[in-house]
Amino acid sequence: MWQDLFNILVFPGGLFLFVFGLAAEFVDRKLYARLQNRAGPPWFQPLADFIKLIAKEDLTPGEADVAVFKLAPILALAASLAAFLYIPAWGKRALFSFNGDVIVVLYLLTLPTLAYFLGGWYSRSVYSMIGAVRSLTQLFAYEVPLFLSILAPAMLADTWNLSEMVSFYSRHPGYCFYNIPGFVVAVIALLGKLEKVPFDIPEAETEIVAGAFTEYGGKLLALLKTAFNIEMVVAASLLAAVFLPFGLDLAPAALGLLYLVRVFFIIAIVAFLRTLFARLRLDQMINFCWKYLAPLALAQVALDLVLKGVLAR
Amino acid sequence: MNWPGKIAQQLIQSLFSKPATLDYPAQRSGMPEGFRGRLKFIPKNCVGCKLCMRDCPSNAIEIIKVGDKRYEAHINLAKCIYCGQCVDSCFKKALEITGEFELAALKPDQLKIIFDAEPENGPQK
Amino acid sequence: MHDSGEVIIPIGPQHPALKEPECFLISLRGEKITAASIKLGYNHRGIEKACESRTYIQDLYLIERICGICSHSHSTCFVQAVEEIAGIEIPGRAKYIRTLIGELERIHSHLLWLGVAGHEIGFDTLLMYTWRDREVVMDILASLTGNRVNYGINTVGGVRRDIKPDHQEKILKAMDLLEERTKYYIELGSSESTLIKRLSKVGMLSRADAKNLGAVGPTARASGIERDVRKDDPYAAYAELDFKVITSDKCDVYGRTLVRLGELMQSFSLVRQVMQKIPSGPITVKTGRKIPSGEAVSRYEAPRGEDFHYVRANGTEMPERVKVRAPTLANIQAVSKMLEDRYLADLPIVIAAIDPCFSCTDRMVTLHDQTRHKKNTFAWETIRRKSISWYRQQGVDFKALNKKMAKLF
Repeated sequence: MWQDLFNILVFPGGLFLFVFGLAAEFVDRKLYARLQNRAGPPWFQPLADFIKLIAKEDLTPGEADVAVFKLAPILALAASLAAFLYIPAWGKRALFSFNGDVIVVLYLLTLPTLAYFLGGWYSRSVYSMIGAVRSLTQLFAYEVPLFLSILAPAMLADTWNLSEMVSFYSRHPGYCFYNIPGFVVAVIALLGKLEKVPFDIPEAETEIVAGAFTEYGGKLLALLKTAFNIEMVVAASLLAAVFLPFGLDLAPAALGLLYLVRVFFIIAIVAFLRTLFARLRLDQMINFCWKYLAPLALAQVALDLVLKGVLAR
Repeated sequence: MNWPGKIAQQLIQSLFSKPATLDYPAQRSGMPEGFRGRLKFIPKNCVGCKLCMRDCPSNAIEIIKVGDKRYEAHINLAKCIYCGQCVDSCFKKALEITGEFELAALKPDQLKIIFDAEPENGPQK
Repeated sequence: MHDSGEVIIPIGPQHPALKEPECFLISLRGEKITAASIKLGYNHRGIEKACESRTYIQDLYLIERICGICSHSHSTCFVQAVEEIAGIEIPGRAKYIRTLIGELERIHSHLLWLGVAGHEIGFDTLLMYTWRDREVVMDILASLTGNRVNYGINTVGGVRRDIKPDHQEKILKAMDLLEERTKYYIELGSSESTLIKRLSKVGMLSRADAKNLGAVGPTARASGIERDVRKDDPYAAYAELDFKVITSDKCDVYGRTLVRLGELMQSFSLVRQVMQKIPSGPITVKTGRKIPSGEAVSRYEAPRGEDFHYVRANGTEMPERVKVRAPTLANIQAVSKMLEDRYLADLPIVIAAIDPCFSCTDRMVTLHDQTRHKKNTFAWETIRRKSISWYRQQGVDFKALNKKMAKLF
């Protein structure tokens, strides 16, 4: 039991994810800055931001529903942390696994968006309500392609257990090349889930101040930012596990390094895409997702179904 | 159809070139020559005509007589707008503009500068 | 607030979309804007009144600080009016130097606008790149005039500083570099599809509407109206220089972007012509401190549109009346028309597309009393007494404040 507790709270659970989230935020911001020909923040900047926010005063708006307002960041954080327990980050086995945990992980990763909506809606300020509604509207656009693109490789592997899926792909390393369209769809949908440009409509700074998070400050904002970072790391780990299952038979130390490389690779792609585009309008984004992203995901599903029949022989 | 992401090539180039921003205050670039910064008063040229006081748009400079043909200048850095009109108005060339611009201070009294008059026994021969 | 699904949301006075305080009250239904009303006056500083108690030389610096980005426009416009009253003819070299600084200011202002437009649509990369290029112009202006904004190069009768020979080479090199970068931005603007999607068909203003609402500058030129003070009523050295007036008939924010990019290219060519044709000679003419009685009106093509100054002199060292009509005041009426029936997401870019400079705009405020249908113009003393009594009612203690202010000054 002590081993399990250690795993959940320290490594590879809470504390490790927190530190890794800070590192991931640093890599994202530094890359973003360098691509724009700027110097960028020093390595300790995310930690300094966290400490500064903890030290600031917590203001709750008078009209807000205090209970939901304070619980929403905690819900987001808890959901992201729980999702990580089922992802086989390195090696072929996650901490805990059972058949069907792909679906559980995907749903757990949807909970933060719901938490942002609740926090924004119950802040009762005009800007946060608009931001909350936008984040749910955006959810309807990117959720289906994301689910389809993660479930297609699961179908090819003939199992809905993440750990077994990863083992299947490490036995047949060539198969992951059939999943490249799914990878493209998943990365673009990931931009929507993490609310980064071009899909950062719920949090558009120049239109609605800070969207759902307008009224948050102090410790709650520190929790929210941590939830954001951990969600980024967990979602990137999920994508790395499903689409980049390389070299999973090496020694544990090399496995750890390889895991870091894969996750930072995905974060680098996200940072690059962030620099490249302007922000889309909500109607344009929904148009794009349903016209281009969903058909591509469906095509990937069809491809995997056909391949399943072909390769089984 | 126009594919998005046209700026990608520039981005990759910027990644490998030197950043355009500096790590202030460790690295400073300074200002070009001729930049209008803090004023400097040369007491031995001043004749006390107070034309600079008349022309100053914000009443930042004050010339006070402290003795026979000896004047000191009180300059308020907080009021000064660094336009240099006093330099142009002074026909005795008693005022000069330096390039110093890092003039922030923690207390308001540190922003009032006094330039002392010439010493009693006149300039050294 | 929730009345048949319509919400009134205030954009401003403090809002990340606006660089300066102004209040737009937007009625929203879902994501669509149904009505927009504008409240001006947050930036009123009493500059026109303050001009009357300062000499012409001091007024030059005050008028320059109406706005940071169009500072040279205001200063030149004012000094042209004063010189016309006094009947002073400035030397040719001074005219060319004023034109040079004016065009460099236009380049700096349009590059700034490109960055701000990029930021408003979430394209921060464009912001960083254009502002990096803008540093080139700022450095040249700092070495030419002594400051990065608020140049202070004008004086009654000419200019205060001359161009040295080594400046010439720097300016020409900078023009080459900036022209190459601007060509890249033009290419980007015409082929980056997320940019085009956000800017096209947004903020439509038909040609008839633009004329009726009195739009000026690039806002009007993007609706096909070919009006530019530099061509219609040449001042400084523009009569001897050769350039085109850029118009577009797209009538939307994308058209305004193209007009400004085209004007950038024209500015580069103008600066090169100025450096070639500049005559040698004195840079200033000696004038007295007193300006004889008279009145004059002067117009100038600021980067945002037509700037209009009126000065009345009465023979003393101080002007009797100064009136400033900034271009944004003419353009802001068109904003409510442009916002009708659009999405909330388009609001920042529509406001940014007229290149608002609210510091320029707020001059005099007239209060209409809707219930009694009377118009009231407040005198200076009345406003001051009213505001002191209002603050006393709110519980502000002036004694402590006065003590603090006395220590500072």
